[in-house]
Amino acid sequence: MSNKLSAMFKKNIRSSVMIIALAVVTILFEFLTGGVLLKPLNISNLIMQNAYILILSIGMLLAILTGGNIDLSVGSVAGFVGAISAVLVVSMGMPVFWAIMISLLVGLLIGIWQGFWIAYRGVPAFIATLAGMLVFRGLTLVILQGKSIAPLPKSYSFLASGFIPDIFGGTNINILAVAMGIVASLIYLFFQIKSRAAKSKYDFEVTPAWLFNIKNIGIIAIINAFTFALASYRGIPMVLVIVVVLVIVYSFFTMKTIPGRHIYAFGGNEKASKLSGVNVKKTLFWVYVNMSVLAAFAGIIFTGRLGSATPKAGVNFELDAIAACFIGGASTTGGVGTVVGAIVGGLLMGVLNNGMSILGVSIDWQQAIKGFVLLSAVAFDVYSKSKVKS
Amino acid sequence: MERYVLEMRNITKEFPGVKALDNVNLKVKEHQIHALVGENGAGKSTLMNVLSGVYGHGTYDGEIFVNGELCEFKGIKESEAKGIAIIHQELALVSTLSIAENVFLGNEQVKTGIVIDWDMTRNKTKEMMKKVGLTEHIDMHVGELGMGKQQLVEIVKALSKDVKLLILDEPTAALNDEDSDHLLNLLLELKGQGITSIIISHKLNEITKVADEITVIRDGHTIETLVKGVDEITEDRIIKGMVGRPMVDRFPRRSLKIGEVIFEVKNWNVHDPKDDSKLKIKDVSFNTRKGEVVGLAGLMGAGRTELAMSLFGRSYGSKITGTVMKNGVEIKLHSVKDAIKNGIAYTTEDRKSAGLILSDDIRHNITLASLDKLSKNLVIDENEEIKVAEEYRKKLRIKSSGIFQRAGDLSGGNQQKIVFSKWIFSDPDVLILDEPTRGIDVGAKYEIYSVINELAEHGKTILMISSEMPELLGMCDRIYVLNEGQIVGELTSEDASQENIMTCIMQSN
Repeated sequence: MSNKLSAMFKKNIRSSVMIIALAVVTILFEFLTGGVLLKPLNISNLIMQNAYILILSIGMLLAILTGGNIDLSVGSVAGFVGAISAVLVVSMGMPVFWAIMISLLVGLLIGIWQGFWIAYRGVPAFIATLAGMLVFRGLTLVILQGKSIAPLPKSYSFLASGFIPDIFGGTNINILAVAMGIVASLIYLFFQIKSRAAKSKYDFEVTPAWLFNIKNIGIIAIINAFTFALASYRGIPMVLVIVVVLVIVYSFFTMKTIPGRHIYAFGGNEKASKLSGVNVKKTLFWVYVNMSVLAAFAGIIFTGRLGSATPKAGVNFELDAIAACFIGGASTTGGVGTVVGAIVGGLLMGVLNNGMSILGVSIDWQQAIKGFVLLSAVAFDVYSKSKVKS
Repeated sequence: MERYVLEMRNITKEFPGVKALDNVNLKVKEHQIHALVGENGAGKSTLMNVLSGVYGHGTYDGEIFVNGELCEFKGIKESEAKGIAIIHQELALVSTLSIAENVFLGNEQVKTGIVIDWDMTRNKTKEMMKKVGLTEHIDMHVGELGMGKQQLVEIVKALSKDVKLLILDEPTAALNDEDSDHLLNLLLELKGQGITSIIISHKLNEITKVADEITVIRDGHTIETLVKGVDEITEDRIIKGMVGRPMVDRFPRRSLKIGEVIFEVKNWNVHDPKDDSKLKIKDVSFNTRKGEVVGLAGLMGAGRTELAMSLFGRSYGSKITGTVMKNGVEIKLHSVKDAIKNGIAYTTEDRKSAGLILSDDIRHNITLASLDKLSKNLVIDENEEIKVAEEYRKKLRIKSSGIFQRAGDLSGGNQQKIVFSKWIFSDPDVLILDEPTRGIDVGAKYEIYSVINELAEHGKTILMISSEMPELLGMCDRIYVLNEGQIVGELTSEDASQENIMTCIMQSN
């Protein structure tokens, strides 16, 4: 069974390396910025600045899993949906809730449209979504008539930049945030113990108790340090809750459910999946529907954060999301990658951006450095794979 | 004393953790066909890779002499310069380029600098194609050729490099009998023209036919070299060398308990999905009984795989008509899911590209077709999954470090066992096995046969497609002969013989 451990480690080597890389980069910038990076205020900023890319990365990961297909349209879709929601709320005075629902529905329809061409008409995803990128960027300009729409009401921006109000009414510290950290820790611990008990029931070898305890104590410490830091600023950002929920839901979906397994199988070998009873067209179709819905959601978050819909909104988002997935260990040929990996990849880029901004490095340099990070992450992957083979 | 065109002395090659070759010796005489046999993983391909410079000098111990001259190849280019050419099992042709372009790929005929001399390229290609009996137009794309002809293009390519020693790795594995015969005759002809060949093959009948000498390798050691005219050369004798013990019976016996008809196909018609007007399967009717192994014989292109796949949830074909009955009740098989639900399993002839997810582990491959069984509300019980995978790994003796090993890292025989595990776990009543032992060595074949027998003994019905006639004759209780999409004969195991099967095919033409 120690084989199992080493096999699992090998399989996950990229994501473990990336988590370590994320920790190293964070510590490095914490040091370079003289402690500004991990100040409560900045942590909140960091989350809000990157939430929409993280949301997109989740959807993009599923697309990449299906065989290295990427969705180039997500930036334009995000911009387009943001524009629609702004028109509905600002120009037409629609209630925020309904405007957001309709916007998400538009995302769904866009997904059905693109998924249809890709899954049922065999248009390569690259081409179909390149077309989508042009179409929806164009339509964004049409809707906005080249101008920005502002200001969006506070209730609209709540998802993107609001904080969960402290129901306990803490003065210096947000008690709700601390409580949520404790609750999250307990839930985490509960599932860890449950899974360990199930494994013991099957007589599978489990990690030794001391290692199990150390790991759990470490993770609980990180969770609570994090929520405590947030508590000393304005509490838990709404968007953090959204991202965490999405990560948990999609991790569960990809790792533990049949449709999730089918996505991996399809990316690993389409023919073999077909002959094993996987409905490959349906799988591909829903992956792209899902991507567009998440893109729509990201568009709403981004528009909310900005407080306005602009013609340029969403430009190059797709590239950041794609980069996050590959930095996070997804394979360019499909079938390999995890949601958590994509999030780690996204956060790594986010911390780099944020840290460099604090240091006063210009946007141009940030872009260039991100490019190098992507290249070196994937080059490392290719290198480590070639070592495993020989 | 004849000259040795090649001598490999005490070759030892180690990979991390394994000694793939241990003091292997190989001596090949000039103008001969030398066969290299051994089970999968015995070290044949490694030895040939050492010879051709894929594993360059310095990565192995030992000496290589070509025509008595010590050679230290650092790469393929250097071995090619000495007239050694290797044709791998997976052909190295570019299907979108023409025959002529392929032949001189990497060895382009130039006027000056980088400008290709097309006249010379085409003339030379034409000339050499004549030698191997290829009559296709030189501008034809290689992708349009059948496997047999592609193999010939590879040989032309080798000839264009002025080859003295031609190495062929499983050249006939993917060929039908006719193409195989043509290829083997060509080797004999080339021998007459002074070209020595080393042929690696599992098809012992071919080896006994053409080889002058046979070297047997087992577990990285040279076991023996059999010489035609000196030693007894029979298939049984070679197998004894390969597996280290005489194999009394190549096909394990099973106790016969054939019951009533469970699976019945009536008036099955299938059209070519690329061309609706072309009928691929014509009015095929057949049945299989409980506990029975039924063979499906036929030449390459007879439509055996197409028939099997069209039955398996319409994985092939369009405008399909006909009825399928199971236990006397008509069943509808519109998708692979339907087929699985109705207890039908199909193992593909193309394990790597259509049978397994090579990048995923053994566990996920075994459970992929039956995830429903392991889940509640679409959520997979991973612990149960591990248990099942472990059970099958033990039961079918899949040689691996564990169920978390990647399927792509295993040998052909073990990969096939994964495929079998997957389908046995789906708990079928009808198993359609398409070339179940293709590219698998003798020992693993025996294990696969045993699994098939066990399934039959448990009351399953098995339809087995195979291009290896001895296998069909040895395993099947009844054989249907398919030719050009039609059933042209049905033979009981008493009547079945290679001659009778061929007679059925010939008479129908």
